[in-house]
Amino acid sequence: MDRLRFITCGSVDDGKSTLIGRLLHDTRQASDDQMAALARDSAKHGTQGEALDFALLVDGLAAEREQGITIDVAYRYFSTPKRHFIVADCPGHEQYTRNMATGASTADLAIVLVDARKGVLPQTRRHSWICALLGVKQVLLAVNKMDLVGWDEEVFDGIVREYAALAETVGIERVQAVPVSALAGDNLTRRGDAAWYAGPTLLEHLEAASVPVLDTQGAARLPVQLVLRPHQDFRGYAGTLAQGRLSTGDAVLVQPSGHEAVVASVAIGGREVESAEAGQAIVVTLDRERDVSRGDVISALSAPLPVSDQFVAHVVWMDEAPLVPGRGYWLRIGTREVAATVTEISHRIDVNTQAHEAAKQLAMNDVGLVKLSLAAPIPLATYEESRALGGFILVDRLTNATAGAGVVRHGLRRGENVHWQAFSVDKAVRAAQKQQTPRCVWFTGLSGSGKSTIANLVERGLVAQGRHTYVLDGDNVRHGLNRDLGFTEADRVENLRRVAEVAKLMVDAGLVVLVSFIAPYAREREAARSLFAPGEFIEVFVDTPIEVCESRDVKGLYAKARAGKIPNFTGINAPYERPEAPDLRLDTTAATPEVLAQRVIDAIGG
Amino acid sequence: MALSHLDRLEAEAIHVLREVAAQFRNPVLLYSIGKDSTTLLHLLVKAFAPAPPPIPLLHIDSTFEFAETYRFRDAVPAKYGVELRVHINKEGVKAGIDPFVHGVSVHTDVMRTQGLKQALALGGYDCAIGGARRDEEKSRAKERIFSFRNAALRWEPKAQRPELWNQYNGRIHPGESVRAFPLSNWTEMDVWRYIEREGIELPPLYFAKERPVVERDGVLLMRDDERMPLREGEREVLRKVRFRTLGCWPFTGGVESEADTVGKIIAELESVTTSERQGRVIDHAPGDSMEKKKQEGYF
Repeated sequence: MDRLRFITCGSVDDGKSTLIGRLLHDTRQASDDQMAALARDSAKHGTQGEALDFALLVDGLAAEREQGITIDVAYRYFSTPKRHFIVADCPGHEQYTRNMATGASTADLAIVLVDARKGVLPQTRRHSWICALLGVKQVLLAVNKMDLVGWDEEVFDGIVREYAALAETVGIERVQAVPVSALAGDNLTRRGDAAWYAGPTLLEHLEAASVPVLDTQGAARLPVQLVLRPHQDFRGYAGTLAQGRLSTGDAVLVQPSGHEAVVASVAIGGREVESAEAGQAIVVTLDRERDVSRGDVISALSAPLPVSDQFVAHVVWMDEAPLVPGRGYWLRIGTREVAATVTEISHRIDVNTQAHEAAKQLAMNDVGLVKLSLAAPIPLATYEESRALGGFILVDRLTNATAGAGVVRHGLRRGENVHWQAFSVDKAVRAAQKQQTPRCVWFTGLSGSGKSTIANLVERGLVAQGRHTYVLDGDNVRHGLNRDLGFTEADRVENLRRVAEVAKLMVDAGLVVLVSFIAPYAREREAARSLFAPGEFIEVFVDTPIEVCESRDVKGLYAKARAGKIPNFTGINAPYERPEAPDLRLDTTAATPEVLAQRVIDAIGG
Repeated sequence: MALSHLDRLEAEAIHVLREVAAQFRNPVLLYSIGKDSTTLLHLLVKAFAPAPPPIPLLHIDSTFEFAETYRFRDAVPAKYGVELRVHINKEGVKAGIDPFVHGVSVHTDVMRTQGLKQALALGGYDCAIGGARRDEEKSRAKERIFSFRNAALRWEPKAQRPELWNQYNGRIHPGESVRAFPLSNWTEMDVWRYIEREGIELPPLYFAKERPVVERDGVLLMRDDERMPLREGEREVLRKVRFRTLGCWPFTGGVESEADTVGKIIAELESVTTSERQGRVIDHAPGDSMEKKKQEGYF
């Protein structure tokens, strides 16, 4: 037997959970003890008076039962003699767009619920569009609460016509419609009261719907999960075949390295097989020693993937911290993890109307079209070609939260052509010439905390020792390189990104770079650190309480900020995230700048 | 030929196990000796063959497992060639925690939940694999396959990481951990069909046999040893029973059954109308009890 995964979409009161509860009940998946619990819960929290509230079968979290809403994706399972089903029950509120995207990512089909009394609503459009965005092109339109409009055929036909027009504009390819009453169970698993409707029930539609089979016809793609080396003579590559078939004797290309090889064996669960197909978890060996590691893709030699480090994608944002261009994230695609930056938000898309809007950032539940740039080129498939390889998540570098999800639309050609030149003179050569170890020393702290004073003393001390140094100072850089930037969060992020990149080039040149920037965001400091080799980056927290900074107020800025003349002034009306574990913390209330500078020089070492 | 539902469930579970091995430094598989974790053990071996599984098993021993369970535990993982580690909450033993005196909640909390926390801390495990399925219980229906736990080992249902496609985000800070559930999308029936297809050996308690039981509060308990005092009027009688889940024997009720093979169990389940956790005394608390226990760190 095969299986169908589907998602249910509808607005708050359209009756999704009731519909699923009904399906579980009517296909006998709900057991006696669960039904007894349901009767208890219905009496306590139910919204149906004396009757059973089937929604309570699926609304699992305490908060949901109390509020009578669904706030997270719940997965449910049932089967009929014809098919197994996995259901993602998704919340309908706008603020849970991210959960709907999650449920849609693995769905073959969507049930879209519409309340017969209300018709097609902006939410209906939003849900359908999100489904199409995530690759769900097949919809079962359930026109619910037909009993409340007296099973009026014209109402049904009107909604079906209206939805068909909508489906076409958002990219839903196949629509079938059923008039139902989820509460009473009409036309769900058994025929309802309307004589005029002779079509299949909802369940019959589900049993007959085409399952978009895994693509076994396309070119073979195996994202490598891990390398198995039980002993010297065996080197196997484990992974789930994302597309096509792989057989012994097939010529393959390891991507992105570009090494060719021939498949020597294919095994499933320790048993050798002639060939494997998409969806199977396999282990392959190659006929020759190749450097293959997690994240690589073993592709059919005849049809490799393009390799690129820049691409365009639709992104659904899922985190409370907004997506800001320039900020670094971990991108996970296939089995690969790579550092990534959103270089540009082309536009934000209004989820209700799909209108394009200019945007400087994406907030939680926003959807946008963005350009991404990766730290290294990777084999890249579009989402259209492969759901398994063209979908990715973005992970926050500080909190490790899954901050966003995206689908690859197309690669950018310039990425394929720009190759980092491997110079024969490298950082080590330049550093040796200067007889020093390059370093990036990053002073962070409030305005007026004493960063520049200490950085200048450190530089003087280093130069006296014959070192080659440079100070990058916030004020100076803002007068030149970054004079196009202001003080909004997005501009601050970009400001720090540029400075970090400049510091990296200077370290590459063999210098000891002293960066003196407020750098209020922990994420950007972490992103800066990640540009450097371990030990190369030293974070120095110049820890001066704001009252002390304000009483010094060397540049008169605090007075201006207090007077409301400077918006976004760190510490007054913009946040400063204190470093939790700096390499060095300098308490300027406890020692003179000279003493503190010496501590920094000692920390820099040789 | 399209892959069957079972083929896909197997492949997806193996994918999750391999992700755990790839993403974590020190993972462990929580082995409860039941059918689900024995199925996991079978999948673990398949996932890494021909290499030996890089993940050891960990059993949180409540000291009230069935005797047959202990025999199975000491024999079967070794047959698969997998290392088994055992942890007992010694403080609980020292404090004389007795299910018949302190009750099911206290005993489970001390010997299982606290025992698990101790073992995870002692072993420094950053990921614990479990056999939980989403069809078991309502709050589990919403749990992720990689379920993030903060440094206090708590589950925060509102702060779960979105999980799309087969992307499992296992990035954590020191002290945080992940519970991984490769069988999330399996139902009880799927597990049995897979056991039948693969010929997986199970503890004999799953199969119907004449066993001495005491009926107490509507539950058929097997008096596994002398630690269970009989109440006034209770006596042991022989009944043909089997167990749908294997927990601590004082809290795990048997069901009367004739099913003494996997095939007969499947046939029986097809006609049964009670859920498998019904015999578990711990679930019969108010509606959110499992959610609360999970927040506190219960598996």
